Amino acid sequence: MVTRRDALQALGGLVAVAWLPGLALAAAPGTDRRLVFVFLRGGMDGLSAVPAYGDPDFARKRGDLAIAAPGAAGGALSLDGTFGLNPLLVEMHKLYEANELAVLHAVASPYRERSHFDAQNLLENGTAKPFGREAGWLNVALAESAGAGGIALGPNVPLVLRGPASVSSWSPSVLPAPDPDLLDRLAQLYRDDPLLAKPFAAARAAQGLMEGKDGGRGMGGGGPQAAVALARAAGAFLAKPDGPRVATIDFGGWDTHANQIGEYSPLTRNLRMLDRAIATLKGALGPAWKQTAVLIVTEFGRTVAINGSRGTDHGTAGVAFVAGGAVRGGRVIADWPGLSDRALHEGRDLRPTLDLRAAFKAALAAQLGLGEGALETKVFPDSRGVKPLEGLLA
Amino acid sequence: MNREAVIAVNRFGLGASAGELAAAANDPRGWLAAQASKPAPEYPAFADLAPSSEALKEFPRWLMKLRRARADAKAAMQEDGQPAPRGVEEKFRDHFLPIMLKEVGARLAVAASTPVPFHERLVWFWSNHFTVSAEKPVIFAVVGSFEREAIRPHVGGRFVDMLLASSKHPAMILYLDNNLSVKPGWKPPPRAERLNLPRATGLNENLAREILELHTLGVNGGYTQADVTTFARVLTGWTVGGMANPGFTFNAARHDAGPKTILGRTYAQEGIAQGEAVLRDLAAHPSTAGYVATRLARHFIADDPPPAAVERIARAFRDSGGSLPSVHAALLACPEAWDAQLTKLKSPIEYVVSCLRALPAAREAKPEALFLALHEMGQRPFFAPSPQGWPDTAPAWAGADALWKRIEWAGLLAARAGSGIDPLALARASYGDAVSEPTSLAIARAESRQQGLALWLASPEFQRR
Repeated sequence: MVTRRDALQALGGLVAVAWLPGLALAAAPGTDRRLVFVFLRGGMDGLSAVPAYGDPDFARKRGDLAIAAPGAAGGALSLDGTFGLNPLLVEMHKLYEANELAVLHAVASPYRERSHFDAQNLLENGTAKPFGREAGWLNVALAESAGAGGIALGPNVPLVLRGPASVSSWSPSVLPAPDPDLLDRLAQLYRDDPLLAKPFAAARAAQGLMEGKDGGRGMGGGGPQAAVALARAAGAFLAKPDGPRVATIDFGGWDTHANQIGEYSPLTRNLRMLDRAIATLKGALGPAWKQTAVLIVTEFGRTVAINGSRGTDHGTAGVAFVAGGAVRGGRVIADWPGLSDRALHEGRDLRPTLDLRAAFKAALAAQLGLGEGALETKVFPDSRGVKPLEGLLA
Repeated sequence: MNREAVIAVNRFGLGASAGELAAAANDPRGWLAAQASKPAPEYPAFADLAPSSEALKEFPRWLMKLRRARADAKAAMQEDGQPAPRGVEEKFRDHFLPIMLKEVGARLAVAASTPVPFHERLVWFWSNHFTVSAEKPVIFAVVGSFEREAIRPHVGGRFVDMLLASSKHPAMILYLDNNLSVKPGWKPPPRAERLNLPRATGLNENLAREILELHTLGVNGGYTQADVTTFARVLTGWTVGGMANPGFTFNAARHDAGPKTILGRTYAQEGIAQGEAVLRDLAAHPSTAGYVATRLARHFIADDPPPAAVERIARAFRDSGGSLPSVHAALLACPEAWDAQLTKLKSPIEYVVSCLRALPAAREAKPEALFLALHEMGQRPFFAPSPQGWPDTAPAWAGADALWKRIEWAGLLAARAGSGIDPLALARASYGDAVSEPTSLAIARAESRQQGLALWLASPEFQRR
């Protein structure tokens, strides 16, 4: 049987890359700036990730889930005197101290209900309503930019990266590589297929780019371990001079209705893996980290109060992170609404005071060179009122 | 071969097994209707799988082991200051993975050989409607038995009974945390504290919300946050028993008693009867008919479900009081369901099963191999990513890498099949005149029968239904 590497060598990495639209345009890379979108699905508990220990209502409302001020046992990592970072986010705290991580708090998409699936759909489609569009805003942004390719890490492409621009996806394989002659024949069969032609071409290009880097076995499922492996692959793709400039990583399992605390809780595991994934991404990007922005977001925050099973239910505003060498970090960006009963949204959730799209717009403007016109009409339709978050990126 | 037979065996069935297209050709609609109206056969493959009552007994035992391992790890960490050796999760997998793989193997074996593939497809559809997922560890042990106990018995019955069975199944209770939802202020008995069980002290609204949003009314079905919270109070006490009897149980001490109002209607029943009454009303709510019809039409007819088909199915749901055979018959009666274009992209599981049905020799593959192949394509059986279940539209499955993995799988199957199979004959025996001219030509010109077979299995037609 022909091995993957043999096949790819026979194919010739250059041929594969040059052959294909969308993913890698060696002649006109368009930009050296990189953008990574990390989607924490399930609703990360923002007040656990970034505890507001300085808020007078924080400890009482959070009960067992309250993280203490820096310096106390199990206390937060120091940020700015009001907010701290969860003590598990050690690597991300180093980035903060190096001014390469900005924290956005009390932030939300325009969605105000509490369905994961509608919330995720809206956040990804870029309109102000669930199922408002079949394309994702990151793809539309790619279509508007000159020549930056996109890749989803994982077998399938999340909505945020689906749309008119041809994008690829990649994950390690344990299956034997197909025979190159079969691929050439399939290329003919798929040539006019509206659904399969583009993904097939993009897959061949991605396989060419990853030649010799086939991670193969041991990646596990879609859980937290996978996020680290996918972050490494994302860094490897983006680091290439002729590689894609935009990558997405899906990281699920943040719907922590119960038992959020403790060494073995899913939230503990997820935060630890997120921390490792971001450090791994930075390492894999090498010098390209300097030109990279990483958006780390979730579909909504969770209830301020602890629920009946030491977890939290679906809420509204929460936390987002923006990391990377291209970020003007070392700051918490928040118009803090407070946690008093009166301040809460519908009496239970952190009130949103910052629109996530402001951060997305800033990232797209800086990393993909998109103008405000395209941002407020095409990428995020009818979003004129939401200005790009000024000074977020260098 | 007429196109309706191709549609019957591929769009509504699980892909043609040998002779199936010919068998359906006389009366494709009758062939399907007969499967929908009678109960599925007893499958020998399911005979020695554990019911949830047995499987769940294993879980507390494992939890005890886990706690001991964690205590040891903590002690070790204190001694040398190094992070404790992991391995607890691995031990868990060692124990439950073979059980789950046996379930996966049985489910795929049944799908690969069943003489009533439409009935089996309906089982899959309803399992996905009422998703429980092994993404949550405890569900590992019961994800297969959930389908056998809560879904299969009701595919030929009434929606309300399936809803009640699902909402009371320990797998659903545990998956959506209702075992941890108690009336506010409830104090756990001392024994539970000693066992270090999760200390439930109030509501957890997970199950209540997902029943409203995903199982009955749909997200735009007209409920409010107050309805979610009140319904969560109604469902307090719906839990699982202890080690001796780990099945579903109603625990009156945890139940938040008293009349409650949901969707404008007041429920004065006591105990479990209150939740049952709410579920019955939810099943009969007009929003539920529309929501279920939309999901059925999207799954079987088109990603963008034709409104006329949705309305026809919803009307059958309302008029029959949620009788599923009537609902399924309405689906088959939709003219849109017989559109000659093969527009639905097979999901990875549908794709792999259709390969197994086409190639009996491939059914020898071990469950591990099938599980791994499906993992590569993005659809690990029993591991739906969220309570919403698997997506049901082409863009969700047509990722570049996922397509690449299908091609790798097709190449692997074809290489294993050897030269004994005539690929063009196989193509025509399953897709009849739906095999396109370019595909026929490509198969005919292939350098070997194996390559021809790989081309067929990877072809645009065979990827669709």
